[in-house]
Amino acid sequence: MPESQTSIEIRNVYKLFGPHPERYVGAVRDGGMNKAELLDKHNHVLGLSNVSLDIEAGHIQVIMGLSGSGKSTLIRHINRLIEPTAGEVIVGGTDVRALKPRELRDFRRTSAAMVFQKFALLPHRTVLGNVVFGLEIRGLPRDAQLERARQWIDRVGLTCFEDKYPSQLSGGMQQRVGLARALANDAPILLMDEAFSALDPLIRVDMQTILLDLQAEVRKTVVFITHDLDEALRIGDRVAIMQDGELVQQGRPEEIVLSPATSYVEDFVRQVNRGRVVKVAALARPLAGPPAALRMPSALSLADAALRLVEARLSFADVTDGKGAVVGRVHLDEVVRTLARSAGEAEASDDPPARLAG
Amino acid sequence: MSFFDGFPVMDADTLTALKKAIDGGFRAFTREFGATVEDFFLPLRSFLIFVERLLVTTPWPVVLVVIAGLVYLASRSWRLVAGAVVALLAIGYFGMWEDTMRTLAMIVVATLMSVAIGIPLGILMAWSAKARAVMLPVLDVMQTMPSFVYLIPVVMLLGIGKVPGLIAVVIYAAPPIIRLTNLGIRLVDKDVLEAADAFGASTWQKLGKVQLPLALPTIMAGINQTIMAALSMVVVASMIGVQGLGQPVLKAIANQYFTLGVFNGFAIVGIAIIFDRTSQAFGRRLQKHREAEHA
Repeated sequence: MPESQTSIEIRNVYKLFGPHPERYVGAVRDGGMNKAELLDKHNHVLGLSNVSLDIEAGHIQVIMGLSGSGKSTLIRHINRLIEPTAGEVIVGGTDVRALKPRELRDFRRTSAAMVFQKFALLPHRTVLGNVVFGLEIRGLPRDAQLERARQWIDRVGLTCFEDKYPSQLSGGMQQRVGLARALANDAPILLMDEAFSALDPLIRVDMQTILLDLQAEVRKTVVFITHDLDEALRIGDRVAIMQDGELVQQGRPEEIVLSPATSYVEDFVRQVNRGRVVKVAALARPLAGPPAALRMPSALSLADAALRLVEARLSFADVTDGKGAVVGRVHLDEVVRTLARSAGEAEASDDPPARLAG
Repeated sequence: MSFFDGFPVMDADTLTALKKAIDGGFRAFTREFGATVEDFFLPLRSFLIFVERLLVTTPWPVVLVVIAGLVYLASRSWRLVAGAVVALLAIGYFGMWEDTMRTLAMIVVATLMSVAIGIPLGILMAWSAKARAVMLPVLDVMQTMPSFVYLIPVVMLLGIGKVPGLIAVVIYAAPPIIRLTNLGIRLVDKDVLEAADAFGASTWQKLGKVQLPLALPTIMAGINQTIMAALSMVVVASMIGVQGLGQPVLKAIANQYFTLGVFNGFAIVGIAIIFDRTSQAFGRRLQKHREAEHA
């Protein structure tokens, strides 16, 4: 399948909840009023504040934050289940805000499919009946509906469960149905709102693997919401972190882990095992001198890299890209320093003053 | 202090004049449009007579088998079928077969009408807060106004007979189905509705594919209550000339025929139980997917 060409641009989006959001959006945007003041003075809740995010076509963008940080509100702006109070949402060159009701329905039918935290399956329909739902809405001929639905039911591993009702399936299986329902629509964008958060940890990892396998094949523009950093780092090509309706940091997973922008992000990142998350590519330096005796792929984790260097009794190795070409060099002392720093920082930030400063 | 001695009443002459004016106005309306209104209900009358003839003139064993078959189709329970057959045989043996068939015809037509009017109204109430604000007090009036009161204008307009009886029954029996359709649609899981929105469903697609199917168990409970309400109106309707099990009861009240009253009363109870158990079993069967065991 071709890589999705549909990128998403979110520009200066504000969302206020309350009876008259348009009256007070100016005070927030131009007057610098914060969430607490807005609630206090005007009894409106600030859902999103000046959020701008470019989401690359064909990649997985994770949006992470605690509950109430506005991540679920943000994802609903992309298919306009929630209207922005101010700002622009441009999907594949189309201004989503400007769509008329009929155009919006067409956009949702063909451009963006969604997977939900609570599965949101139709309890009165079988697995097959649920997966054809989106195609039925689009008005495809029945044969085409069934053919495509069966294909995706097979693909998510529910072949023998076609005629079961959702209540007969476990949570993980129900979410496979949700995933198949979304993928059957063959939309270039896949919106996943805490899709795996309600599942047991083991099942969750299972589902992440399924998603990554599928993504390697279909290359959709995926927006994935989660509150779990491990999940974010495992799945995301890029990660954006939200706090109180604002975007506090965005970047590649390593960037987030290696240089957290605020203490909020630091709190998130502290528990992470850097040795697993950070790849040697992040520490590669320009080549100098003769070739090293050891080569390692750029996608190797730091922990594995350190192990290989120690076992080979070497102090440095060359890093190669996917095609085997040497792209840089990595030194053992730097690997060790990066691994060790995480532990050191965790101790340091237990200091009360450091906390207060954040 | 005369203000406190007695309630300040409208002047007696004015009150009489007011009553006369309203009565006169309605009488004039009746003279003017009575025939038109009657014509309007003519198709309904023909349908009611058709159903009644069908039930009365078809040989009783055929009717019995058809009813038993319908009970089985709805409930899939042989016990219920046996109960229905025994009850109907007893009714026939005690000489009430024809009256029962007439009552049955009335109930069937009244229920069909209530459903045809009630489900769209219930949907409207669920969709629009304004419609709901208007409908709720109307429904309260329909359910609590003593039926004799609204029988007066109905009889003035349409005279005595089947159609005014049917209208009286429907006025009393339609509110449950309206209320429960509204409730059922409002209770539909918001997450599922959001999913339908996210997939680009139109208002009608949401109604047909999500809201109505998920509200169906509640709507079925409404239909069940509507049938029961219709049955409870049989005796009242007989006062304006509706034939069936109500008339012997009326006669029994007037003449203190205890046994006649009890027999016909039990016949009404008999059909009520058949209708109730069958429609409930059908409602349960519709939501079998909810009871399914977790795999």
